[in-house]
Amino acid sequence: MSSALIAAQVLVALAMACALYRLLRGPRAQDRVLALDTLYVNAMLLTLIFGIRYATTLYFEAALVIGMLGFVSTAALAKFLLRGEVIE
Amino acid sequence: MTAQLPAWAAFVVALLVVAGALLAFIGSLGLLQMKTFYERVHPPTMGTTLGTGLVLIGSMIFFTVLEARPVLHEILIGAFMTLNTPVTYMLLVRAALHRDRAEGSDPLEKPTQSPPGR
Repeated sequence: MSSALIAAQVLVALAMACALYRLLRGPRAQDRVLALDTLYVNAMLLTLIFGIRYATTLYFEAALVIGMLGFVSTAALAKFLLRGEVIE
Repeated sequence: MTAQLPAWAAFVVALLVVAGALLAFIGSLGLLQMKTFYERVHPPTMGTTLGTGLVLIGSMIFFTVLEARPVLHEILIGAFMTLNTPVTYMLLVRAALHRDRAEGSDPLEKPTQSPPGR
């Protein structure tokens, strides 16, 4: 099980690398925002797998916070792309 | 390092977590491979819905078996992701559509059969 969890972490890290490449290269702003959202979700998964690996529920709160911040930041960035300002 | 579980629980948790991670990886690979933005929106949802769901179910089974009591707080993240992913992606695609239209290239416009009301 330990090796399976490490394999899962490597997979999620590769996914984060893909999203990071798209974030750096993405031709337009909306591609970058989408890549940032994917990066957030993958980071949340990585944190959850850390929690399973070290058998502690402490990582759960971190994953919850990462998910919430990812939602807020993606929504704010989409609003910015739509209107040019976040709070109007 | 890893806590001791019964063999069946370890097997199930490992299977679920690896499947979820694989889905997230395939989703991000699709994000890297697709050509246009509107195609690129689709693949990451694999990771955000089914990938997250599988990892969360694996985590729930792990902590339930480990602590010998129902540990269900991962449902919070599950409900949160289920509610928020469509909202954010709809906002994002609407913003992208707005930007494309502002630049004069409407991806929804078809030259032969454009309905008059739009």
